[in-house]
Amino acid sequence: MTTTAPAREAAAPPPPARPSVGRRIAAQLLLWWRRLTAMRTAIVLLFLLALAAVPGSLLPQRSLSQANVRGYFADHPDLAPVLDRLYLFDVFSSPWFAAVYLLLFISLIGCVLPRAVEHFRALRSAPPPAPRNLLRLPDSGEVATALPATAALDVVEEELRVRRYRVVRRDGAHGPEVSAEKGYLKETGNLLFHLSLIALLLGLAGGKLWGYEGSILVTEGDGFCNSFQQYDTYSSGPLIDSGDLSPVCVDLEGFQAEYEPDLTASSFTADIRYGAPGEEGRTTMIGVNSPLRSEGDRLYLTGHGFSPTFSVTLPDGQEFTDVTVPFLPSDPTTMASEGALKLPDVGGGSDRQLALEGFFAPTGLVQGGILTSIDPRPLDPKVAVVAYQGYLGLDSGLPQSVYSLDASQIERGRLSEAGAANLSLGDSMTLEDGTVITFAGFKEFAALQYSHDPGQVWVLVSAISLLTGLLGLLLLRRERVFARPAPAPDGGGTVLTLASLTRGSSESAPRFAALTDDLRAALAARTASQPEVSPRDS
Amino acid sequence: MTPDQSLLDLSDTFFSISVALYSVALVAFCAQLAFGRRPAARQLVPAGGGAAPDAPAGTAEDLSTPRRAQRWGTLAMALTAVGALTHAGVLVCRGFALDRLPWGNMYEFGTAVVLVAVVAYLVLALRSPALRHIGVFVLAPVVLGMVGIGLFLYVEGGPLVAALRSAWLAIHVTAAIIGFGIFLVSGIASALYLVRSKDEQKPAEERGTGLVSRLPASSVLDRLSHRTAVFGFPIWTFAVIAGAIWAESAWGRFWGWDPKETWSFIAWVVYAAYLHARTTAGWRGRPAAWVNVVGLVVMVFNLTFVNLVSSGLHSYAGVE
Repeated sequence: MTTTAPAREAAAPPPPARPSVGRRIAAQLLLWWRRLTAMRTAIVLLFLLALAAVPGSLLPQRSLSQANVRGYFADHPDLAPVLDRLYLFDVFSSPWFAAVYLLLFISLIGCVLPRAVEHFRALRSAPPPAPRNLLRLPDSGEVATALPATAALDVVEEELRVRRYRVVRRDGAHGPEVSAEKGYLKETGNLLFHLSLIALLLGLAGGKLWGYEGSILVTEGDGFCNSFQQYDTYSSGPLIDSGDLSPVCVDLEGFQAEYEPDLTASSFTADIRYGAPGEEGRTTMIGVNSPLRSEGDRLYLTGHGFSPTFSVTLPDGQEFTDVTVPFLPSDPTTMASEGALKLPDVGGGSDRQLALEGFFAPTGLVQGGILTSIDPRPLDPKVAVVAYQGYLGLDSGLPQSVYSLDASQIERGRLSEAGAANLSLGDSMTLEDGTVITFAGFKEFAALQYSHDPGQVWVLVSAISLLTGLLGLLLLRRERVFARPAPAPDGGGTVLTLASLTRGSSESAPRFAALTDDLRAALAARTASQPEVSPRDS
Repeated sequence: MTPDQSLLDLSDTFFSISVALYSVALVAFCAQLAFGRRPAARQLVPAGGGAAPDAPAGTAEDLSTPRRAQRWGTLAMALTAVGALTHAGVLVCRGFALDRLPWGNMYEFGTAVVLVAVVAYLVLALRSPALRHIGVFVLAPVVLGMVGIGLFLYVEGGPLVAALRSAWLAIHVTAAIIGFGIFLVSGIASALYLVRSKDEQKPAEERGTGLVSRLPASSVLDRLSHRTAVFGFPIWTFAVIAGAIWAESAWGRFWGWDPKETWSFIAWVVYAAYLHARTTAGWRGRPAAWVNVVGLVVMVFNLTFVNLVSSGLHSYAGVE
């Protein structure tokens, strides 16, 4: 730019043309792209991903237990809403968690795709020519032999081919040379590993988008059909609607729990009948670790418990016979369970409703008037019930748990205790107004879960190929070996310069030494088998 | 079936014997270090050139180690080996007494993990004698870990709960035990590398003559931690995948961010970061070693805190 052209006097050297806005943006984007796809960034993102997962294990998560999150809100009324705004109760579906893993995957794609292209080219091309100065490579050495140059290179080529190297002979600028390479599978494994990660993420996402899951408690003798209205709780992907659910109905015909002598649960099994609505259906048994799998859907036995049966006779003679309600186990080792029976329509209007809150013990022991459970098996079932009369608040518009009474109605005095008793099987209690409540029996219920995840086979295949790629990546070595002959300085024979370059192993020196020794031995053997060559040559 | 009480008692006796043997081995390793004088002249030569060359490191040390120290070293290795045998006996007896795989609760799991770490160390130390000098630093955590397991995690042998009665117990838990044990050795090597490399950065005259100077060269430690992590990572990956397959049939989903799953994932990510860091400019050496140490902390946290404090589906600790 230091032009001295006289023509224009005010010839300020033209400033270097400012690149157009578009080009500048493109350059900036390219810079960002390079930064994002750099390995350093990937490591930082890996750390961020690990860090981002931590709160998901330390704070209660809605995906795991809504009840625990509600409990946290109750215990920390000030802190919880702030945490909630930061998605800390839904960490794994939060935008910031997604931001980290999506950035990581973009970085991964940006890193892996160019490498895949390069690897594909390398697979189809010959090993690269030998560098000019072989002795500068990390492992190198010289071997003297009496053989002439061509014969010596023949021996090297043979030996390398036996070791499954891909070998090429060239007549380079520095004379004849051998380039050899092996271990292409290492890079193939590397690419397979990283591409499998992407495939796994896609499978995961697909399963979330098109999958659903519903849970329901079913008492022996009852059943349910696969529809969102029937489930106690369900979750479904955004791309699924109720019409997509497979038409299946399931009946629970029986449930068995077995215990070891020390009362460790040894097996839970449920006899079920399943089939399309209105069909006879097929019977099968499901249990812990053995779900029913049928046409991409799965049915699990996820828990069990007891459903006590009550009969209620009102003073006016109205009877509710054999009302069975599931009680939730509060202690899995003794199966002590709690629940409630609500009878809103007993005929006395909305402030004469009846409810029982109860504690069920499969093997009960009453001490000092307190009922406890001592055995998970139903050897001597007992219930402790408290009867309430008044307004249940069921039509107040607020959702209520079916397993407990609305405590606020009791606090407000709208629901008041009308009697309490510990009942053995067949026992009755009579309330002041003459209502008779009988503990008539019990059944077992099973907690069943119906799941559909179209992505999981895809995820499994991805995981297997991920592991395969990882093994290839970590166990294989990529090695290049070069050899170039030169006439020996004393005029007799050849001096071979050997060098190797290894990727994926820090201990290349001993292997290179072994290879050199083998080549030296092979050269010596060839020299011995062709004694006529050396004299004529020297 | 009723458990064979005498075999269970034998298992507990083996546990005590193992702790005792490891403790004596620890003392012998200490004696080896105490009597192992490092000739200063020999040390100065490689010091100038940075890291000592790999292959001669072991042999040079052997030559320079006084015979008395060598004898202590051999004794320590022998005691550790016998300790590993009785340690294996703990699990074998439990397994036969209960007629099931002896990793159904945290006591058994922890005992097995420590056994894998000891065996991994023994194999490595037999192959490269330079590593016999880190025996103290392996056996000290081993003894501490065993005492902790015996004191806080011990449970009477009993049958497996229904959820654990699956072939996947043998596959998933075995892989987790092996992966964990190997990562344990890897993490210890990285921690020692951090200490040793700091010492090597000092000018030769300022270096201590104490314990640190008797550690293997930092390059040896770095390679040990990398090789063990490379060995452990696919095993851990397999353990997580096998766990997901089991979870699919046991819990109704293959992945649900249960605390144990979350921390296994965190550990996997941290070890992936370590393997990347070690080949990335700017992360090689000490930063990478720190990542590996973080990985070990995550693994230990995953075993202790997640099992004992947080409530998840993996609550098989059996510890009240």
